[in-house]
Amino acid sequence: MVCQFCKLKEASVHVTEIADNKVKKVDACAACAKEKNYNDPAAFAIADHLLGLGAAQKMEEASEAVGALSCNQCGYTQADFKKSGRLGCAHCYDIFSDGLDSVLKTMHKDIRHRGKVPAGMKSALEGAHRLQGLNRDLQVAIGQEDFESAARLRDEIKAFKASE
Amino acid sequence: MSIIDFLVPPSEACLRSGPHDKIVLSSRVRLARNLRTVPFPSHSKKAERIKAFETLMPEVKSLTLLGQEIFAESMDKLPALDKQVLVERHLISREHAAKNAGSGIVLNREENVCVMVNEEDHLRIQALRPGLQLRQAWTAIDAVDTALQEKVEFAFSERYGFLTACPTNLGTGIRVSAMLHLPGLVLAEQINQIIQAVNKLGLAVRGLYGEGTEALGNVFQVSNQMTLGEPENDIVERINKVLLQIIEHEENARLSQMEKKPAVLLNHIGRAYGVLGNSWSISSKEAMNLISFLRLGVDLGVFGKTPKSLTDELFLRSQPAHLQLAHPLREKLGSDERDLFRAQMLRERASLIPNPDPQALLGRREEGSPE
Repeated sequence: MVCQFCKLKEASVHVTEIADNKVKKVDACAACAKEKNYNDPAAFAIADHLLGLGAAQKMEEASEAVGALSCNQCGYTQADFKKSGRLGCAHCYDIFSDGLDSVLKTMHKDIRHRGKVPAGMKSALEGAHRLQGLNRDLQVAIGQEDFESAARLRDEIKAFKASE
Repeated sequence: MSIIDFLVPPSEACLRSGPHDKIVLSSRVRLARNLRTVPFPSHSKKAERIKAFETLMPEVKSLTLLGQEIFAESMDKLPALDKQVLVERHLISREHAAKNAGSGIVLNREENVCVMVNEEDHLRIQALRPGLQLRQAWTAIDAVDTALQEKVEFAFSERYGFLTACPTNLGTGIRVSAMLHLPGLVLAEQINQIIQAVNKLGLAVRGLYGEGTEALGNVFQVSNQMTLGEPENDIVERINKVLLQIIEHEENARLSQMEKKPAVLLNHIGRAYGVLGNSWSISSKEAMNLISFLRLGVDLGVFGKTPKSLTDELFLRSQPAHLQLAHPLREKLGSDERDLFRAQMLRERASLIPNPDPQALLGRREEGSPE
């Protein structure tokens, strides 16, 4: 079916409206639908259903923010995400993370994991946190012109990096 | 061995008991886990799904925590009836029952650890316990998860935690839930208030078979919705606290009904007893709602020493797949035939229950009155 507006592209948005007891059907391509402000309500309804009201809107904003991204490992696209409310593979979380945070905010307590960490990851994570902490302390010490502490922290950081 | 032979019969399954089991039928904790290198099942190609299946099944099966005697099978090897029985036992989801090649199930002898392979995520590992035992269920499944992590690498990010197909499970991947029997709150018309209050605390209230199902037989499922940003222990403790409050409200609702409207209560219980013992055709919906009142009667001592396991057995045996299984021909029954057969089964078993004794309620009221 061809888009009824531009009569060029394939129609991918189909909307049936009932207003004043009259049925009005619209078949448009994605670009024209957006221009004429006909979005596909069904695609978002699924997201709303799955993730709670308001999620679809957030997701739409999110997908606009990430543009036409797709996952280079599994080929998942933002359209897939919008439609199913699900992601394709572990790597998708890196690809879509920019838009994802606003979606996660609507459904979770926080957008950073707290809780169980795989045993193998634990030491690596603790190491990273410790290094961050040392660096922070070093900046504070320098800011306060406490050079004695700064020197000690610098040595600690050096030793820590060497031990890894 | 078929899963039907592996599972203990309903009479035995319903003997399991735990703390607060007058109100809390069962506790469950499940974790969602995925392989790092294979796309999630919903998006993967058949070959990838089978790869995940072939990687995971042997690892799960060889977990020493599950014991020697386990049931492990690919979903395409299970007849539709067997899958439905697993759903009715709350061991697998309705979604998983629809799966075929590339998906599997592993269940231990005690029927308290059940793993779904390639449901929405590569692994859904769950621990089940009778009564209110969320902490015990969490400890058990935490151990299974840790043991699995020594064998396979799960998708995990420092930022988002365990990665799942649906972002609603992200982070801990934990779903903590309990199945509650709340006839008192339903009769007192307080149930909607409770549901709203529980929802405000970020918990979901659902029907008998989870998402999108009706609360048949006054059975409700309470579970967490948020999985990211809060450690597992905190989630378990929070739900535990809420459940203890719901239990208290249910107990109070029962007490106040007994004190203020014993006749209404007896009417429900007596009619349930009458219909279940004398009907010749009954739908599962009607049966479950009546069995709920029978169970309430047992809880309140109206039926002498009748054990609650008997009403729980009626409840389980009234479900379509269990009915069909009990039928001499095991043939697929039409819904009309099922209603006839259900009524027969209920008549036979209800005859084992003595007549309701009104004094159990009325007597107690007099004792409790100040005069």
